[in-house]
Amino acid sequence: MASVFEYAPAPESRSIVDIAPSYGLFIDGEFVEAADGKVFKTVSPSTEEVLAEIAQAGEADVDRAVKAARKAFVKWSALPGSERAKYLFRIARIIQERSRELAVLETLDNGKPIKETRDADLPLVAAHFFYYAGWADKLEHAGFGASPAPLGVAGQVIPWNFPLLMLAWKIAPALATGNTVVLKPAETTPLSALFFADICRQAGLPKGVVNILPGYGDSGAALVAHPDVNKVAFTGSTAVGKEIARTVAGTHKKVTLELGGKGANIVFDDAPIDQAVEGIVNGIFFNQGQVCCAGSRLLVQESIQDELLESLKRRLSTLRLGDPLDKNTDIGAINSEEQLTRITSLVEQGEAEGAERWSPACELPESGYWFAPTLFTNVTQAHRIARDEIFGPVLSVLTFRTPDEAVAKANNSAYGLSAGIWTEKGSRILAVANKLRAGVIWSNTFNKFDPTSPFGGYKESGFGREGGRHGLEAYLAPSSPEGER
Amino acid sequence: MTMPTNAPTAAHALTDVTASDSTLRRFLHGLPGVDAVGLEARAASLGTRSIKTTAKAYAIDLAISMVDLTTLEGADTPGKVRALGAKAVHPDPSDRTTPATAAVCVYPDMVATAKEAVAGSSVKVASVATAFPAGRAALGVKLADVRDAVGAGADEIDMVIDRGAFLAGNYMKVYDEIVAVKEACGTSARLKVIFETGELSTYDNIRRASWLGMLAGADFIKTSTGKVAVNATPANTLLMLEAVRDFRAQTGIQVGVKPAGGIRTTKDAVKFLVLVNETAGEDWLDNHWFRFGASSLLNDLLMQRQKLATGRYSGPDYVTVD
Repeated sequence: MASVFEYAPAPESRSIVDIAPSYGLFIDGEFVEAADGKVFKTVSPSTEEVLAEIAQAGEADVDRAVKAARKAFVKWSALPGSERAKYLFRIARIIQERSRELAVLETLDNGKPIKETRDADLPLVAAHFFYYAGWADKLEHAGFGASPAPLGVAGQVIPWNFPLLMLAWKIAPALATGNTVVLKPAETTPLSALFFADICRQAGLPKGVVNILPGYGDSGAALVAHPDVNKVAFTGSTAVGKEIARTVAGTHKKVTLELGGKGANIVFDDAPIDQAVEGIVNGIFFNQGQVCCAGSRLLVQESIQDELLESLKRRLSTLRLGDPLDKNTDIGAINSEEQLTRITSLVEQGEAEGAERWSPACELPESGYWFAPTLFTNVTQAHRIARDEIFGPVLSVLTFRTPDEAVAKANNSAYGLSAGIWTEKGSRILAVANKLRAGVIWSNTFNKFDPTSPFGGYKESGFGREGGRHGLEAYLAPSSPEGER
Repeated sequence: MTMPTNAPTAAHALTDVTASDSTLRRFLHGLPGVDAVGLEARAASLGTRSIKTTAKAYAIDLAISMVDLTTLEGADTPGKVRALGAKAVHPDPSDRTTPATAAVCVYPDMVATAKEAVAGSSVKVASVATAFPAGRAALGVKLADVRDAVGAGADEIDMVIDRGAFLAGNYMKVYDEIVAVKEACGTSARLKVIFETGELSTYDNIRRASWLGMLAGADFIKTSTGKVAVNATPANTLLMLEAVRDFRAQTGIQVGVKPAGGIRTTKDAVKFLVLVNETAGEDWLDNHWFRFGASSLLNDLLMQRQKLATGRYSGPDYVTVD
């Protein structure tokens, strides 16, 4: 008798965010045009609508920005930690106050659901600034020497999957430790970083402490290569990470790289199954799977494979894909056409290799970049979809029979960023976690982040840690003063 | 998904698990565990679904039709029960398009009065028997209580389980009691089994109790009596919805769910409907399979319904007091 419970659309109002037709580079506290006048467009992935025209940083702009940061560094690093903390706390509070505006902006520019920007990204962004604000006057107690000193100018390059959150991960510890920053956001998602520039002005942050240079890979390369940059921090693909490692090799630049991943999500037969299903969904379909620590390889104990897959498929059928500004949307758009092409080609390879592809019945919007949640079964370690990072809503399911086999398969990867363990047996959690080569290991949960918890990887997933006390280390010189760099 | 890997899959094989105390215990303890953090997070995330306009109008009418309008006070009088019955049939006298509630729920001695009050309507009469709410009486007394209510015409019996026996691990005793009560219900009355989830304390226990009740023949599993501190919550209701979903997958038998106690607002009720929709599925979005045990909820639903109809929020004087 009941008709289907169809939720009416509940779109978040986009009128709360005022996007200007064009934006400049943010250098020395001012928005300026690129020296060579180059611009590029940023589009909304869910509609392909052009949102704004953005100035594109060239080498001359990088040089201008690094000079401004160098100049600002003198005063900024000399401030007492408690003074720097005041600015960071102020920024954190402004982010909270403007969080709805920023969430809508991020959803427009990135394509991820408002549910995620509102409930995950923005609260974490504010939390990171609050957390590192708290460290600013306690650096001598952080365990990195009696009087740790800042490094100087940090050149930071961030990706498009969590534009504002990655900015927070980079800028908050850099400023707390007394460094100044030149940050390059990704070319597909520059807007929230430019809004952040406005927040810096609103907070009265001294000029030049934060500089934002939107642009493509060449802008990032120029920044990384600039001789007056002391520290390079990069989050993005492993290929670009290797390029950066080559660039900074032999220099005195300190570097942290947070790169790709192919996280194993291991489900034992005594797992809390219903919660494991949620964890698997959250592990790979959060942010359309465009997460470096995504649980993109499901390792399930053979004895429960059938029932787990049945549950998982039923659950995937309830995922709602569509307008990211709708508060009920679970799966939004893929960030760019380029990324969609990459996902599509890897998935086609998976099929060609003989893995079995499954997606729930799911209508894709006509404009924009979309990919249905996808599951591959009959996957083996030898398949490319079990080895390459797809960076999309695609889960590869493998099986194992014993804990040793699970560990061996989980570790058999060029990456080592994250892993998940699902079992009701506490001793097994500890035993397995000790053997996994991954920077973050979640047990009976997945994709949980907290500013107090360090994050980073092994092997091709990069080096260095962000977040927590460990995150300070990347921006501090334990005993050598800045002049010795 | 709730079947342990060693569990039999065919419906007839499930009856074997009740062959003895030890097989029953082994079965219930073999059910997959519940991770409390994960369960509550899932319930909370479903609570953020935004339900507006047409979906809300549908949800409000559906929720009204699922209410078991309840009076369970020592001071209940025939007059009070008649008033309740009249309200169940026509919840909003000013708008006859308002659906009737599912049932009125009364003590056994009020069943006859309630039957008269709802005669000729779709409203069922439910009765809390088996020494409600404590359940602390001899089986013979509980069964007499049930027969009394059924004899007076009750369409539904809400029984409480013996929580003491359950917590002592005496699952067979609980099972046998439910079977006996189900038998006393005969073919005319549907049986709702109340676990008093607040007293069972852990989610693992709630899942075990759900399966125990369903194995013993419950037509409905119900969270609580409304008489303790913690009653229905989104999390325990989500858990029970998972249990009925899995039970049907295993046996083909569909069992209803009734959260009771503590659901007071339309917003809350809609959240529960979202849980039903996204966990058990639309087969349960019907008052034959899902109920709200709530007395104060109805008025809030009616006020929200009036607001949707008129665009104005009228206030408590525009709905009837019970």
